[in-house]
Amino acid sequence: MLAYIAKRLLSLIPVLFVVTAALFLIIHITPGGPASSILGMEASAEEIAALNKELGLDGPILTQYTNWIGKVLQGDLGNSIFMKQSVAQAIKEHIGPTLSLAIIAQAIAIALAIPFGILAAYKRGTAADYTLMGVSLMGMAVPGFLLALFLVLLFGVKLQWLPVAGYAELGKGLGDHLKHLILPGISLGTIQAALIARMTRSSMLEVLNLNFIKTARSKGVTEAKVLFKHAFRNAFLPILTVLGQTFGTLVTGAVVVEGIFNIPGLGQLILNSIARRDYTVIQGVVLIVTLIYVVINLLIDLLYGVVDPRVRLDRK
Amino acid sequence: MEITESKEYIADLSKRMRKEQRGLSRRRFFSNPALVAGAAIFVVLAALAALGPWLTSFDPYAMKVTERLKAPSALHLLGTDEFGRDLFTRLLYGARVSISVGLIVAALSSFLGLLIGVYASFYKTLDHVLMRICDGLVAIPGILLAIALMAALGASALNVVIALTIVFTPNIARVVRSSALVIKEQTYIEAMRAQGASNTRIIWAHIIPNTLSPLLVQATFVFAEAIISEAALSFLGAGIPAPEPSWGNILQASKLVIYKAWWMVVFPGVAIVLSVLSLNLLGDGLRDWLDPRVKGSGNGTKRKWRKA
Repeated sequence: MLAYIAKRLLSLIPVLFVVTAALFLIIHITPGGPASSILGMEASAEEIAALNKELGLDGPILTQYTNWIGKVLQGDLGNSIFMKQSVAQAIKEHIGPTLSLAIIAQAIAIALAIPFGILAAYKRGTAADYTLMGVSLMGMAVPGFLLALFLVLLFGVKLQWLPVAGYAELGKGLGDHLKHLILPGISLGTIQAALIARMTRSSMLEVLNLNFIKTARSKGVTEAKVLFKHAFRNAFLPILTVLGQTFGTLVTGAVVVEGIFNIPGLGQLILNSIARRDYTVIQGVVLIVTLIYVVINLLIDLLYGVVDPRVRLDRK
Repeated sequence: MEITESKEYIADLSKRMRKEQRGLSRRRFFSNPALVAGAAIFVVLAALAALGPWLTSFDPYAMKVTERLKAPSALHLLGTDEFGRDLFTRLLYGARVSISVGLIVAALSSFLGLLIGVYASFYKTLDHVLMRICDGLVAIPGILLAIALMAALGASALNVVIALTIVFTPNIARVVRSSALVIKEQTYIEAMRAQGASNTRIIWAHIIPNTLSPLLVQATFVFAEAIISEAALSFLGAGIPAPEPSWGNILQASKLVIYKAWWMVVFPGVAIVLSVLSLNLLGDGLRDWLDPRVKGSGNGTKRKWRKA
């Protein structure tokens, strides 16, 4: 197990190298360089040179990269060009709402997808199955931000049940916190639910055809027990993989949806930074979100061994 | 004499078999509801986009202050936007932009992904380098990578195509590579090699034609994802810049008038959902059609990367 973890961590090194190199290069593909695009057309050559120096964009490109990566490894993501704070500080201030939203959305996704997925597999070939799968097919065609707009239209404008914008911190009461995150949570969660439900259904169908299920039934085990104890536990691994992948996409989906509901999360931070051409912040946020995504998927892989002891990770 | 007869017989037989094969694949096409429905919806949408200018008498850019935010009526079928422009016309012209961006991204990333995937499967060193780059690019969540690229390149239709091609090519390359690795080990490739065929010949004459069906299926899903991503980017203001209409930037404008003009949210939304749904159905259907061994389309494994 330890050897496996070490191997996986080592295999992350080339990935992170490519990720950082790509993010680093993105700044350099800016037409005319970032300094002139920040300062505008009228900037003098001296001003541009001064800003380049401040941004660490002077000197040979390889030196720039090693300098930057050296700082990143020490946890220093540089300073925001526009805000009077470090990038790390800005991310720390904005990451809470995004994570909160992602967790709520994932909870909604699981609560919807797994029961309906199991039901569809159990009622395979019936009207219930076709309806559920039809709905999930629709769900996969609706982007999260579009569902968010539709929900705002329905609950905020027509019915006026829920706040359509803003955010209340968790510290100021759980109820208010949830009330502001429920619509964005639903818009992200139901979209993910479509994918997870399809995975649950197909994974359950595979297991339900196996002989040990027949054995369990012929022994007289109740249907509920067959479904949840025998079948679901064995169908869980592929579902777990999808859960890991969707959590990553939730964090990024949140970036788009946050803008609609005016939630002060990473999404808003990155959007404001695009408008202000605050490249260091864009770099930092994308790097952090990628790290979260990579780490979650690593954890999911490690969980395999815990969920299913037959899976031996350290042996090929 | 006998030989010519048997030759004719074989020619005739193969002609009949080919005809039968065509008949079979036609019947399998029409017995595949996902494929038929997906293709039908998509053809209608594409026709609307192509014939757009002839279907409306309005100018998509002509502003008219007195006609601002009018609800759908006989004159303005789907209402008007915040500048008094006809929404139906804007959606038709937007379809041209959104669908062609999706199509070009799908075609470009298929082509690049095919080359990268096939050559990576043949040359070990190249494989290591290319696949590590792909691993790294795939690790960055797609829409974020696209946003970062757009921030650097600046908002324009061409840059949307460039950014999304960079985002989707690694995924295609991985799919192509894994199917090329399987084909490479087939006996007939070994036979080709024994006959002295070069790598280039094997790749272009045998590997590439055999990877085309999984590639086509994947390209359909990339098409759908590219339409979603373009809409998301334009919605965020980092995609197709106004006043050129795209489904995404109409939605961006709708956000500000959502209390007054429901039609500006609903109609472009429906357009996006219909096009993505039809392409997803088409992809599911194509997979079953091209590979009869795969039964049913009920699993969710095909869309491992969802962007927004």
